[in-house]
Amino acid sequence: MKIMPCPLNGPRNISEFVYGGELTEMPDPDTTSDREWADYVFFSDNTAGVVIEWWMHAASSYWFIAERHTVTDEILRTYDPSERFTQRIDFPMNHSDTVGDRT
Amino acid sequence: MPFSLLKYGLSSDYPVDVDLPAPKELKSSYDVVIIGGGGHGLATAYYLAKYHNITNVAVLEKAYLGGGNTARNTAVIRSNYLTPEGVRFYSESVRMFQSLSNEFDYNIMYSERGQLTLAHTDATVRAFRQRAEVNTHFGGRTEMLDRQQIRELVPSLNMDPGHLPVMAGLWHKDGATARHDAVAWGYAKEAAKRGVEIHQLTEVQDLVIEGGKVRAVKTNRGTIQCGCVVQAVAGHSSILAKKAGFTMPIISYPLQAMVTQPFKPFLDPLVSSSALHCYVQQTSRGEVVFGGGSDPYPLYNTRSTLDLKESLIGAALEMFPFLSQARLMRQWAGTTDMTPDYSPIMGLSPVENYYLDAGWGTWGFKATPICGKTMAELVASGGKTPDLIAPFALERFARFRQVNEMGATAASH
Ligand SMILES: Cc1cc2nc3c(=O)[nH]c(=O)nc-3n(C[C@H](O)[C@H](O)[C@H](O)COP(=O)(O)OP(=O)(O)OC[C@H]3O[C@@H](n4cnc5c(N)ncnc54)[C@H](O)[C@@H]3O)c2cc1C
Repeated sequence: MKIMPCPLNGPRNISEFVYGGELTEMPDPDTTSDREWADYVFFSDNTAGVVIEWWMHAASSYWFIAERHTVTDEILRTYDPSERFTQRIDFPMNHSDTVGDRT
Repeated sequence: MPFSLLKYGLSSDYPVDVDLPAPKELKSSYDVVIIGGGGHGLATAYYLAKYHNITNVAVLEKAYLGGGNTARNTAVIRSNYLTPEGVRFYSESVRMFQSLSNEFDYNIMYSERGQLTLAHTDATVRAFRQRAEVNTHFGGRTEMLDRQQIRELVPSLNMDPGHLPVMAGLWHKDGATARHDAVAWGYAKEAAKRGVEIHQLTEVQDLVIEGGKVRAVKTNRGTIQCGCVVQAVAGHSSILAKKAGFTMPIISYPLQAMVTQPFKPFLDPLVSSSALHCYVQQTSRGEVVFGGGSDPYPLYNTRSTLDLKESLIGAALEMFPFLSQARLMRQWAGTTDMTPDYSPIMGLSPVENYYLDAGWGTWGFKATPICGKTMAELVASGGKTPDLIAPFALERFARFRQVNEMGATAASH
């Protein structure tokens, strides 16, 4: 059984976790080109080696970052996202999208 | 021992046929270099020679012939996909498979058993109706079955697995299986006969790209010049593409499968259930093959896991409870290159004379003949994409024109 060391819950069976994709930077949806957006949504480095990724502990809905080796299947390090994201990110809301009742 | 057998053994005609010529030195240049000696690469080489008279071709394989996913797949051949593009493409492949043994004069053990996919929910029943209609429209033989018909077709099937009673089935008469190794060997033998060079233990380590074109490939046996390159490396598509200077819409996951000890024949059709994430079939040797969904996270590693064994066997026993005493003989995995829409990537790349045959995920064995044929057409025409594969171009992602086959792929392969 493969063990994932969760920064919040400690070592748990990896089946309790959900893989969340490579850590990448989202381009600004308002200014980016279609091609760049497609690149962000569909394309991936898919590295054979050390990767930095989002993972989630499903039972506690806790998201964190894992560094792992995709050839040896070793988990090298896991940590809370606050180690990387030191500033709050605000997603600008387009007001026409958020106008109340749409039923 | 019969005297004639002894005489045959001692005669100079024995062994009758050498399938593959002995390895040679690499030449300094080829018109076409094909990277990857799996079914796809070998089929491309064969059709280049057969239909286009292009024989100055080298197939470079880093390990041994057909030892990649061609040797690891569970050999489900079918065309009951969902999209018109998909059904048209895979139906043509099924048609080609049917005459392959004759064409090679070599038995690929093509066996048309039919494939039954089970629906356990209303939503699946609706999706199956759509697939049956689309399939029939494009020339496949696919219809809906009710519970009684399923019971008659597969008497050994448990119709009420735990929380998921079987509601209906999608019956695809064209569903088949074949000996996967023989497919690779047949293509290799026939390609070699026509002058194609097949080099095993030859790994492409780098690509020489100049002015937007590939000029040469660097291998562990030296550098060779090339007119163009076809990349057909299944689970390593992103790695090679990176050497060519671009990324792919691919994530590589392991896919595992396993096989039991042999039994007397009890199961003719291939049976699959996407809700149980499991498909079961009996080989011509009597072994029962279990296959299912991919591993839960990406890896370039073909280790086996206990988690998957437990879940896959659990599901298989829901379908065929009497197999609980069966012994597992083998278990294995392959690296599968998954695309976001569960369709392949075939055709042009950002490098002018570098052609892609990639993103075959968990479903590419069945496409071997048609893929080889259309890739050969593409190469021979110097980059004119055949209509049949135009929808599968890498460009589709930048245009948001995916060909969604996720629902029709699931655990049916
Ligand atoms: C467990 C499992 C079950 C499957 N079941 C089915 C099924 O039932 N039906 C179906 O249709 N499909 C199935 N598939 C998918 C199918 O196996 C593949 O899509 C198909 O075999 C791909 O063929 P290929 O010739 O492209 O790849 P491969 O046979 O993998 O050939 C690629 C070759 O490239 C070589 N290579 C890689 N890198 C290099 C390099 N740098 N230089 C030189 N050579 C290199 C590799 O060694 C390999 O031999 C399954 C896959 C798996 C793993």
